[in-house]
Amino acid sequence: MKPAAFEYYAPVSVEEALDLLDQLGYDGKILAGGQSLIPAMNFRMAQPHALVDLNRVKELFYIKSAPDGSLLIGAMTRDVTVEFDKMVAERLPVVTETMPLVGYYQNRTRGTYGGNLAHADPTGQLPTISVALGARAHIRSKTGERWVEMDDFYLGPFTTILEPQEMLVEVAYPALPPRSAASFKEFTRQVGATPMVGVAVLVTLDDKNRFKNAKIAYLGVGEKPYAATECVKVLLGQEATAEAIRAAAETAAQKDVDPGTDIHGTADYRRNLVNVLTRKALTQAVQSAKK
Amino acid sequence: MTTEVKTKVIGKSVWRNEDPRLLTGMAQFVDDIELPGMLHAAFYRSDYAHARIKSIDVSAARARPGVVAVYTAEDFGDYWHVGPLQVPPPLAIKGAQFNARPLVPIAKDKVRYSGEPLAVVLAESRYIAEDALADIYADLEPLPAVTDMEKALEPGAPLVHDDLGTNLAADVYQQVGDYEAAKAKADVVIARRFFKDRCAGGAMENRGIVCAWDEKAQKMTVWCGTQAPIPMRNAIAKNLGLSEDQVRLVIPFIGGGFGPKVMTSMPDDVLLPWLSRKLNRPIKWIEDRRENFLATTSERDQIHYAEIALTKDGKILGVKDVFYHNTGAYDPYGMTVPLNTQTHTLGQYDVPNFYTQIKMVFTNKMVVTPVRGAGRNYGVFVMERLMDLAAKELKMDPVEIRMKNLIQPHQLPYKTGIIGQDFVENVLDSGDYPASLKKAVEMIGYEKFVKEEQPRLRAEGKWVGIGVVNFVEGTAVGPYEGARVTVGNNGKVVVLTGCSTQGQAHFTTFAQLVAEQLGVDVKDVHVTTGDTDQFHWGAGTFASRGITVAGSAVYAAATKVRAKALSLASKLLETPEEELELADGVVRVADLPSKFIPLGELAMKANPTRGTIEPGVEPGLEATAYYAPPHGATGYGTNAIILEVDKETFDVKIRRFVFVHDCGTVVNPMVAEAQIHGGVQMGIGTAFFEQLVYDDNGQLLNASFQDYLMPKATDMPMKMELGHLSVPSPLNPLGLKGLGEAGAIPPPAAYAQAIENAIHDVDFEILDMPLNPSRLYELVKAARKK
Repeated sequence: MKPAAFEYYAPVSVEEALDLLDQLGYDGKILAGGQSLIPAMNFRMAQPHALVDLNRVKELFYIKSAPDGSLLIGAMTRDVTVEFDKMVAERLPVVTETMPLVGYYQNRTRGTYGGNLAHADPTGQLPTISVALGARAHIRSKTGERWVEMDDFYLGPFTTILEPQEMLVEVAYPALPPRSAASFKEFTRQVGATPMVGVAVLVTLDDKNRFKNAKIAYLGVGEKPYAATECVKVLLGQEATAEAIRAAAETAAQKDVDPGTDIHGTADYRRNLVNVLTRKALTQAVQSAKK
Repeated sequence: MTTEVKTKVIGKSVWRNEDPRLLTGMAQFVDDIELPGMLHAAFYRSDYAHARIKSIDVSAARARPGVVAVYTAEDFGDYWHVGPLQVPPPLAIKGAQFNARPLVPIAKDKVRYSGEPLAVVLAESRYIAEDALADIYADLEPLPAVTDMEKALEPGAPLVHDDLGTNLAADVYQQVGDYEAAKAKADVVIARRFFKDRCAGGAMENRGIVCAWDEKAQKMTVWCGTQAPIPMRNAIAKNLGLSEDQVRLVIPFIGGGFGPKVMTSMPDDVLLPWLSRKLNRPIKWIEDRRENFLATTSERDQIHYAEIALTKDGKILGVKDVFYHNTGAYDPYGMTVPLNTQTHTLGQYDVPNFYTQIKMVFTNKMVVTPVRGAGRNYGVFVMERLMDLAAKELKMDPVEIRMKNLIQPHQLPYKTGIIGQDFVENVLDSGDYPASLKKAVEMIGYEKFVKEEQPRLRAEGKWVGIGVVNFVEGTAVGPYEGARVTVGNNGKVVVLTGCSTQGQAHFTTFAQLVAEQLGVDVKDVHVTTGDTDQFHWGAGTFASRGITVAGSAVYAAATKVRAKALSLASKLLETPEEELELADGVVRVADLPSKFIPLGELAMKANPTRGTIEPGVEPGLEATAYYAPPHGATGYGTNAIILEVDKETFDVKIRRFVFVHDCGTVVNPMVAEAQIHGGVQMGIGTAFFEQLVYDDNGQLLNASFQDYLMPKATDMPMKMELGHLSVPSPLNPLGLKGLGEAGAIPPPAAYAQAIENAIHDVDFEILDMPLNPSRLYELVKAARKK
């Protein structure tokens, strides 16, 4: 379990890093916290020609508020920093509550927020939450920059729209509208283990407690974070009652998701989890939104 | 009950001598050993489970800078040899059929399991060695694989060993009484098929070896993590055509054994010492976790067709169990594991008629050898399930039917009539089985739970259930262990034995046995458990035998040293021996403590540099002793648990976990409890988390800890409620019995009973293990559809 030989670069600025990525093209691979890449390299499942280590790029470590009220998290911000950040807890409590489920504490002291998102693990909690919250990815390259909705960021397992010369530098979470709340629920066999199914929901209620807006995204039922549509149709315009939530959860399990069977669980069992977790997540989000 | 031996140090939770070094990172493990000029080995392994080898091209690997050599089976020439068979079949069982197909060190002509080595690379670093693996091209012709035990015995099944003409590795039956006659008289007969899958040994430290041939000294030194230092040394000497004293095996600290490290005929054991001599360079090989999952030996899978015959009031008349045991691609460890299943099936129960038959089968899966529990747990699972099914059929309480059939204390020693892994009839030597069950039932509050708590929780809509199961644990088998105890001139004591430690606290418990006899501080007793140049007799650490077999030898040697010390001190102090005592590192007059002689000084006087010593007296305060049990000592216990099943996710949470056990005299209660904790963790793993999942092509689907779920601290009970009984074994002076595997044995049976009891409103049976939430969901779903 030793990695194949690789070149190593340690830039100190985004500009320098982007230059390197531009030169290296498909040979370059960004090293952020290394909690997934390094094991993959040790297994020789990943054999990058060159690593561009961002750990010295100080300008990528931050959490701040944007003028439009959105929350910005720099790509190299450590997961623990996000976990214990007061502004995050205030504005995006769902992120604060979910952080302890991301790997183990030790992983989170090295793991980075942007690294987690860009790794595109189909069972990742943060990608799914980011999709539900309507986050946007700020992507830069030597020749330009672009903003991409997290909905469009993921292509498949461990695959994003990032080009080899591009870097995810920041993710932006828009401020939640009034009477809105988000929630995340997952089922894992063990504390800190890969979740079997997870769901992130964002709901907005109108002044009569009817669902004005809802976004529901899943992990573990497909190849990437999956935003459901059928169950949302069931919810919109309905009063936020237990019955409405129950109907939406049933719809999600039966119509939205198409999970597979593997050594940990059958497709039917996963549908059952989708049902249970969707109900719990919606119930919690509605309660918070009413406050 | 308390131990009958009056002791000062034995029975105390003395802190472990080994811990300061372990906890400060100062303990040496195999991978810490670095030698000048050392080469690093890496194995090229087959991706196929069953394939014919057409050719292997290693030329590119050999040409890679930094690669020193690449060997395939062909390159080993005449050295390539089969085996040896590590454990022969017991001749005592009449009519036993056994087909020996021991390991081959490196695949020749054919590959029989996925992960079997095809080539070994030796390079200047492990990095380069792994680079070179990618340069190798093996032209393999895939053959149909066989993984299912029953299908493997059907006509026309692919053959794992073509020359054998069958996949049947062994066919052995043993019986007591006449089951069929008992069945004819029975009121109730219950028959089921049970399946229990295999799990990994999963030690924290993988296998590893460093070997160094010294051309000038004509001597081979090997450092490795074996559980069996002396057999390993002897095997290496035999392989290399050396005398035993030309091979020195040194055992550094070991990060867990759990069974697979008892092997002495693995590819690294056989090939690397030979290569070190051939290339005249030290060689290191440290196994990867992936290699450990794929190619180190593992636990077993078994299918049981079992039945139980009873009277209508719940008295057992007989049990029949015909089971398939999957030995994997080879059977280097003989029949130890299925024999353990046979000897443990009936457990604590008085069953007059018993028929048990092993059908051991070769398949294209990883090789099976003992792993903690080593087949015992499979017999216990089947029997305890039969008891539960019988209780249900007869509308009896599960505890009541068990109590009714227990072997009573006056029946001990109880000859079972079944030959075990030590080739002699299994004898239940000591204990009080009803006391164990009663204690567990009391500790968990069975009556109150069933009558008050459970109805209340059920009314709240909760699935909460209780399980109470019994087990025995055959431990401390022969042949023997030995020890040498020496008092040094500094008054400190050295203990040497060939029974190595993988974390069981030999450095402390053996020291306690010596301190008891010699009146020294436990910290002043230094134990060396694996250096064949210092002590070269013994079999090793397995079958829960360390403290009982090696410990008894240590105690006997210390007793001899004590006698020598008293005899010499009596002369020097001019006091009769009866008036002397050994305490605080001195021999002194009991009534006049100021009249003493330190042990170190006594040691010097026992080994004078001039003058004479008394005829017939051996020099030094030193003695060697051996202990050889006539048969194993049998521990036992009861596991009582309360589980809650989530009605929606089918996840299972432990609410209570009671474990009552009897290992005779306890040398160190803290260590004993830790052994139970560790065993229980493996038991919970095999009930609800761990499983090596193979597909039909013989591919292991979860060869990493991401997908192979090892129970973690958070999966353990919040509180371990342990109950100790201590009925001394009559087989050794201290009354010791082993307990290393106890915890791993009953949890799957307890889980099955408790889960069925929890999900009271669905009529279903748990016949297969391990479970997981998804399987439980599917079981309940299927039962509800009926």
